[in-house]
Amino acid sequence: MAITNQEGSFRTQEFVLNMGPQHPSTHGVYRAILTMDGEYVVDVENVIGYLHRGMEKLAEDRTYTQFIPYTDRMDYLAGMLNNWGYVMTIEKALGLTIPERAEYIRVIVGELQRIASHLVMVSSFALDLNGFTPWMYAFYDRERILDLFEMICGSRLTTSFMRVGGVPNDIPEGFLPKLEEFMKDFPKRLDDFDNLVTGNEIFMGRTVGIAPIDAETALNYGLSGANLRASGVKFDLRKVRPYSIYDRFDFEVPVGTRGDNFDRYNMRMLEMRQSLRIIRQAVDNLPEGEIMAKVPKVIKIPAGDTYCHIEGAKGLLGFYLVSDGGTKPYRLHLHGPSFVNLGIFPYMAKGTILQDAVASLASIDIVLGEVDR
Amino acid sequence: MENVNVIADSLNEKFGGRIGVSEDGKSLLVKAEEIIPVLTELKENLTFSFLADLTAVDYPDNFTVVYHLMRLTDARIIRVKVILDKENPHIDSAVTLWHAANVMERETFDLMGIIFDGHPDLKRILCPDDFEGHPLRKDFKVEAASRQ
Repeated sequence: MAITNQEGSFRTQEFVLNMGPQHPSTHGVYRAILTMDGEYVVDVENVIGYLHRGMEKLAEDRTYTQFIPYTDRMDYLAGMLNNWGYVMTIEKALGLTIPERAEYIRVIVGELQRIASHLVMVSSFALDLNGFTPWMYAFYDRERILDLFEMICGSRLTTSFMRVGGVPNDIPEGFLPKLEEFMKDFPKRLDDFDNLVTGNEIFMGRTVGIAPIDAETALNYGLSGANLRASGVKFDLRKVRPYSIYDRFDFEVPVGTRGDNFDRYNMRMLEMRQSLRIIRQAVDNLPEGEIMAKVPKVIKIPAGDTYCHIEGAKGLLGFYLVSDGGTKPYRLHLHGPSFVNLGIFPYMAKGTILQDAVASLASIDIVLGEVDR
Repeated sequence: MENVNVIADSLNEKFGGRIGVSEDGKSLLVKAEEIIPVLTELKENLTFSFLADLTAVDYPDNFTVVYHLMRLTDARIIRVKVILDKENPHIDSAVTLWHAANVMERETFDLMGIIFDGHPDLKRILCPDDFEGHPLRKDFKVEAASRQ
């Protein structure tokens, strides 16, 4: 069932509708100024910055280690991956190699975090389409991941787990059995979720063919991550230029065909299964040994520029570091994928009805902490 | 991995030796008036088709606008730098090449005060509209907000 705009049908005078900043469907503090023609969106203006904390400025007054907790608060649904991207940038600038075991632990928690982040996306996407039940399913599983994080670093959301040179704590007793239990149950839970949502006729009617983005447009708007792959561009940094130890794992990169809301949702569902595969291999091959490289107490980075990015939960998460040789960054630019991804929302929303525009916003999976930084 | 000098050489066939390489050999140096032709050449003919990042740095004697372009087949990144005058930092907008530049240029304008000529809607994006100054400039000092 597709709701189409009938040619020459009844038209009304355009009016301006304000959505947000305090609105559940904006996924945070974000405001959209919509120009409407009846039910149809004519134009959208993004108004952001409500969560701007000036992190880039703050970084210039903090040592390299002191800035790690700030990275948690960018994309607060994927703290581990932000930590990872940041410490990897410092390690790249220092030319540091980190111990094998630390790399494996990073991969395990990083992929768990990716699953946790995708679970929030798929459940809130369903929620924005009026389905409340999927939220309860997905958050049950996400809780189990957060419990694991609590075991390994004492924190559930703002993890600050990684350090320059490795990880601060080794895997605690009881972590691996609990992880095994999770990995045993989760594929079945995903099947349940697929049965409940993915193949649901109403869900498909509301998402298939809505707000399609072709590959060229997606690239032009700088989309990355699952949003780009949904449009049929097979680009995953973990495959194209493997960082850390991703070249050792066997996994696939799902790509979409239509680039519509359904594909963007489905990419996350498929990627969770791939993340699970990576965790499986990482746990099986987890080596013994050190978890921290030798790093001086006071980190000084030689003068120069470093750009480093990782495949974050929302797309390419980049860090551009300019050092003057001191103990603090001269300039640290944070490239948040959500910030760029949000730029395509007006393009997606134009010509659709309001309730589909809300779903389109959910489908690009923005986190305002990362948009505003 | 091909290095920056090779890319500079292939650009210089078209731009007659005006494309430089930075001292550390990691970035291309381009003059402000030639930035759009150079970016176009990198995008259309040298396969660096994805705008990965766009920002600016406040150095003691200049502003430097920094572009990171990425090739999609092997995720190779090339850094392009443009040095701008401290008094009057103007540069042409890259929105005609990438829509992605729209938000990134607005951010750079908002936080660093670089003016992108030809940008369709150059206004503040993260700071409030009535905000004074550009926070990422080095002469902007951070202080605690006054309590009312």
